[in-house]
Amino acid sequence: MANITRDEIVHIAKLAMLNLTEQEIDNYTKDMQEILAYAEMINKIDTSATDETIGATEQKNKFRKDEVMEFKTREDLLQNAPSQDEGMFQIPKVIN
Amino acid sequence: MSKEDYEIVIGLEVHCELSTKTKIFCSCSTEFGGEPNTHCCPICMAMPGTLPVLNEKVVEYAVKAGLATNCKIAQNSKNDRKNYFYPDLPKAYQISQYDMPLCYDGYVNIETEKGEKTIRLERIHIEEDAGKLNHDDYGRGTFVDLNRAGVPLIECVSKPDLRSKEEVDAYLRKLKSIFEYIGISDCKMQEGSLRADVNVSVRKKGATEFGTRTEMKNMNSFRSISRAIEYEANRQIEVLENGGEITQETLRWDDISGKTFSMRDKEDAQDYRYFPDPDLVAIRLSDEYIENIKNSLPELPESRKKRYLEEYKLIPKAANFVTSSKYYSDIFEEAIAICKNPKTASNLLMSEVARILNEREEEPDQIPFSGKELGELVELIDKGTISSSISKKVLEELFENPKSPSQIIEEKGWVQISDEGAIKEVVKKILEANSQSVADYKAGKDRALGFLVGQAMKETKGKANPQMLNKMFIEEMKK
Ligand SMILES: [Zn+2]
Repeated sequence: MANITRDEIVHIAKLAMLNLTEQEIDNYTKDMQEILAYAEMINKIDTSATDETIGATEQKNKFRKDEVMEFKTREDLLQNAPSQDEGMFQIPKVIN
Repeated sequence: MSKEDYEIVIGLEVHCELSTKTKIFCSCSTEFGGEPNTHCCPICMAMPGTLPVLNEKVVEYAVKAGLATNCKIAQNSKNDRKNYFYPDLPKAYQISQYDMPLCYDGYVNIETEKGEKTIRLERIHIEEDAGKLNHDDYGRGTFVDLNRAGVPLIECVSKPDLRSKEEVDAYLRKLKSIFEYIGISDCKMQEGSLRADVNVSVRKKGATEFGTRTEMKNMNSFRSISRAIEYEANRQIEVLENGGEITQETLRWDDISGKTFSMRDKEDAQDYRYFPDPDLVAIRLSDEYIENIKNSLPELPESRKKRYLEEYKLIPKAANFVTSSKYYSDIFEEAIAICKNPKTASNLLMSEVARILNEREEEPDQIPFSGKELGELVELIDKGTISSSISKKVLEELFENPKSPSQIIEEKGWVQISDEGAIKEVVKKILEANSQSVADYKAGKDRALGFLVGQAMKETKGKANPQMLNKMFIEEMKK
């Protein structure tokens, strides 16, 4: 059933670390219900005669050879880091 | 009720780093070590706009692992995103596999006290490893190194078929040995390339329902896994015996205190919101592809074991032991090509090499010498150049300082004394000093001979040829 509750929207927002206002929660609940209702319509199509689809396209087996290609400039990779030290990203202490 | 009334139920999720040259979705090297963030690129660092492309070797290795563990291989498979936030995961999702793993419904057989037991595998899937967080002691924060991020892993999920820490140990060693044999991973636990999440629950014997389980993540030594299982099972039994309930949670095993601690996971930490990765396309494997891989598999431990029993006439215990690790097995085969003595070569591995490894708290992959040295050592024993008691000392020396055994015995002066004159001298000395034993022997107490030989060995620091000693003592005492 195309039904999603306000509580579920709050839960998903929390998992995604989004801070939503009460108004936004209401809006997203409504939007999501509409999206799911549309998906429900597609769900009703009879696909018993169709091969199993994987992914959004018909493409398959796009593989890469196991050959090393070095990316040489660590400075470039780290250039946007707000803080770095000894070639590493420096972040607030993570308690593990 | 007591501990004996409970049954322990264990399931394992084993993560194994594949030994491909490059990462799973980019061309960065997987080499261990290296300066921080030097095996990285915009893809494995999750820069916006980059696209992953699957490494063909990862699929091949995972299929090999599946075939070697009797799995079915999925002809249709895909990659999914597992979403969670942690600083060692730059994309904020891990590319893994959810509902269509590459391999499923397999099994491996392990040796237990009660004979062979089958452990079922639910699935094997491919996924990427995370980076490494370094913490400093000066409160400056955490430092992120993404060299390991994107290193390919397979995750092998067992059914909850394991019933003791001994079975877990045997199962892990079996998986490790299979993966080593087929060459898909170096399985070095000390480097974290083989690690396990351990799920433990307990239930009353005879119960059909499983108890509530707890999970201990990222365990990477056989010893800690055994200790953790024992501790956690006892803890759960105690809670139940005191009328309490087990909470399903993730625990952290602390090796120093020997206890588990609650990680106080957020209640929704397990809600990963998997969905198909839209950046990657379907994996569709043909019968021909799977058949080719099947044909490329090398000889597996079961088959080597059979060969050792039949061709080399090893006893079952020795054949099991030697094939328990690819490293033992390779050393053994190289050694017997030189010395043509499977019995002594396997005995030395099983008794002495295993003992030394155990004392050093090391694994067979850390043996610093090859089958060439072992083969030469067996030859030296067979030729009578050294006694078997000296051979133990040579092995210990080989661990410290691996070089040719003949060079070791020469440098240490350990060559066996087989010179008749020298032996006779020792025999006479021992006979003079032990007249009581001589009298005993003459009175028919054969054990006295053993004592005399022992004394002579002691006198020569183990270097005298024991057969010659025996013979000469008998001759001298007949006079
Ligand atoms: Zn990369």
